[in-house]
Amino acid sequence: MADNLLTITGLKIEATAYPPGEPPKEITLVHGVSLELEKGKVLGLIGESGAGKSTIGLSSMAYGRGGVRLTAGTVTLNGRDIRLAAPGALRALRGREVTYVAQSAAAAFNPAKRLMEQVIETSLAHGLMGKAEAEARAVMLFGKLGLPNPETIGRRYPHQVSGGQLQRVMTAMALCPKPDLVVFDEPTTALDVTTQIEVLAAIKEAIRDTGVAALYITHDLAVVAQVADHIMVLRQGRMVEYGTTAQIIETPQEAYTQALVSVRSIDHVEKPEAPSVLSVAHVTARYRGTTFDVLKNVTVDLPAGQTLAVVGESGSGKSTLARVITGLLPAAQGKITFAGRSLSPALAQRTKDDLRELQMIYQMADVAMNPRQTVGTIIGRPLEFYFGLTGAAKRQRVQELLDQIEMGKGYIDRYPAELSGGQKQRVCIARALAAKPKLIICDEVTSALDPLVADGILKLLLALQAQENVAYLFITHDLATVRAIADRIAVMYRGEVVRYGTKTDVLSPPFDDYTDLLLSSVPEMELGWLEQVIASRRMVAAGN
Amino acid sequence: MRIPIAALIGLIFTGAYFLAAIFAGLLAPYGMAEIVGDVWEPASAEHWLGTDSIGRDLLSRMIWGGQTTIFVATAATILSFTLGSILGFIAAVRGGWVDQLLSRGVDLMMSIPSLISALVVLSVMPVTLPVLILVMGLLDATRVFRLSRAVAVDIAVMDYVEAARLRGEKQTWIIFREILPNALSPLVAEMGLRFIFSVLFISTLSFLGLGVQPPLADWGGIVKENKEGIVYGIPAALIPAVAIATLAISVNLVADWVLNRTTSLKGGRGG
Repeated sequence: MADNLLTITGLKIEATAYPPGEPPKEITLVHGVSLELEKGKVLGLIGESGAGKSTIGLSSMAYGRGGVRLTAGTVTLNGRDIRLAAPGALRALRGREVTYVAQSAAAAFNPAKRLMEQVIETSLAHGLMGKAEAEARAVMLFGKLGLPNPETIGRRYPHQVSGGQLQRVMTAMALCPKPDLVVFDEPTTALDVTTQIEVLAAIKEAIRDTGVAALYITHDLAVVAQVADHIMVLRQGRMVEYGTTAQIIETPQEAYTQALVSVRSIDHVEKPEAPSVLSVAHVTARYRGTTFDVLKNVTVDLPAGQTLAVVGESGSGKSTLARVITGLLPAAQGKITFAGRSLSPALAQRTKDDLRELQMIYQMADVAMNPRQTVGTIIGRPLEFYFGLTGAAKRQRVQELLDQIEMGKGYIDRYPAELSGGQKQRVCIARALAAKPKLIICDEVTSALDPLVADGILKLLLALQAQENVAYLFITHDLATVRAIADRIAVMYRGEVVRYGTKTDVLSPPFDDYTDLLLSSVPEMELGWLEQVIASRRMVAAGN
Repeated sequence: MRIPIAALIGLIFTGAYFLAAIFAGLLAPYGMAEIVGDVWEPASAEHWLGTDSIGRDLLSRMIWGGQTTIFVATAATILSFTLGSILGFIAAVRGGWVDQLLSRGVDLMMSIPSLISALVVLSVMPVTLPVLILVMGLLDATRVFRLSRAVAVDIAVMDYVEAARLRGEKQTWIIFREILPNALSPLVAEMGLRFIFSVLFISTLSFLGLGVQPPLADWGGIVKENKEGIVYGIPAALIPAVAIATLAISVNLVADWVLNRTTSLKGGRGG
């Protein structure tokens, strides 16, 4: 095929692993993957973590991150095999024919240099154009990507623009040298949904206008469905399925793809009214030494054995609400009633029962567990601390809890580093459960997990709620999760609860402006969704 | 487990020095202050390293001196670590005014060069081994405090420490069970370095005459006693210098290896 920009055949990628306590061994990350990309087309690479999608993406510029080696196969770019090309040849190619957009824009920019300098750096380094020409092109790209004040934004430093804007600046950086291929590595994953949709639309438009080809790497099928022409589904370094976007979304062939498409389809019917276990009344809070209220007059109620989902974008104060309820940040005003008794604002004044009945699960399970303690110690400590269990009785109860979180035997003496991401989160759930709590605060507990693993965690949480009659205060930015688990919803925006009620009430029109924006920004797994939303927003903005 | 060659050499030398110090009474061929020959006799079958400035057996002096030097340095290191790390952890965990008070106090102590403050204190106090250990331990504790506070501040914001606070754990549990195990590897490596600094420090003090007092032997003191010999080509003063240097290098090699082995936070058993 003469028109192919990039052809990868039988690509095998290997690395050396250093498992704790064992001798180093060779592992294969990618097992003979082949793909083709025509000029001007977008190929979506999708899979969970460890699927090899970033590794394959970077192989298009013959780059192996962190000692990864491309050991077999061919990588043909613009008609020549670059897999074993000399470093000099690769230097000439990277940044000129292929460019890269990383996930975390904040970490990818040099904080000490102005944006413009960094955007045109590659073009100048390759001698592709003069400084004035490069700057003019950058300004043109800024405008195309919908950045405010395209003429002057380049003079700012990375910390002076928002995360979504920074991600668009990085896209401009990648497009500036007029490459043939851009590798987008999860460009919108770290962004809020309301920002993600803007960035996504900007990237899509820029790809179309510049006629560049792209590899779009993501774990979110709904996102990739909006930008890609073809989709390749990967799992554990092997191709699962390849097809046009329409085919993958509408008629997936493989079981794994079907599971990805139907993910988050947990049916959860909200429970009837019940007496509340937690009521937060008119709570206002601010951090020490500041004069800004992070929470403003927040009032929510959580019935016993039910789930209250707190939704909002980053900075909306939802995690602060959790800190106030746990007592880590004493409320300035307002009253919190828990299990029928008034809860003292500060942690130090709370009784052992208050502490026991109110547990918390964190977003990052890795750092929520002491890496030097075994699973048995981690889950056993609350048993020892609250119930005085020791020795065999404690060990037996730990095993019961492990069974409850569907982990079974053989895990009790492991260290957190020897568990997978989903297992870590399960151990954290077991630790919370060990205290026999009435309420568990779940702070973004599924955000760091792959969709299928997250699904498993949500199902487990629902099952445990049915068994133990425990209530959840579920903090999340992901509305699909909310639909799957919530009985009640509180929508937060800039420290205020803008909408609160039962799930059906909150998710049915008429909406307030913010909830409408939030709900309409969640990517849906259908073709053309992005265009529809953008078009309808433009109509509203035009004054209709 | 494979021990790298550098660490092995370090381990052998360090082990040899410590064993010689512990079993000084059995190993030393003569008494510590026994005059057994002429002044600055050359090496011979009776006196392997010759004799010193007043005719004592130099090998015996070296072994007894090693005992004093290593004992004082070890005791001072243990004192500085216990004190410095506990105060450092408390400062990190408590924060607020406790942290300010401790940290600024330490800044104040560190603003005076430690050799100067040691000399000032020792010139007005009776110079005995406990006083020496105390002065050295306290001065070194400031360095340990800085390190352990810095390490603990990073750990104290981890979610597992917050989880322990929310569980209602006492401060002692948080310090000794949550923070200490995770702060251990940089501290152990630092311990090797601090031990070496203590050896150098006590040797310097003795050389200046404010450390270990004669007739008690120690390496710095042996250098001082024999330094005039250098002019006449007598190597007696260089032998303790070589001992100090080899001990310093070998302990460093061991500390490097320990640091390399334990830096990964994966149950502490990374390769």
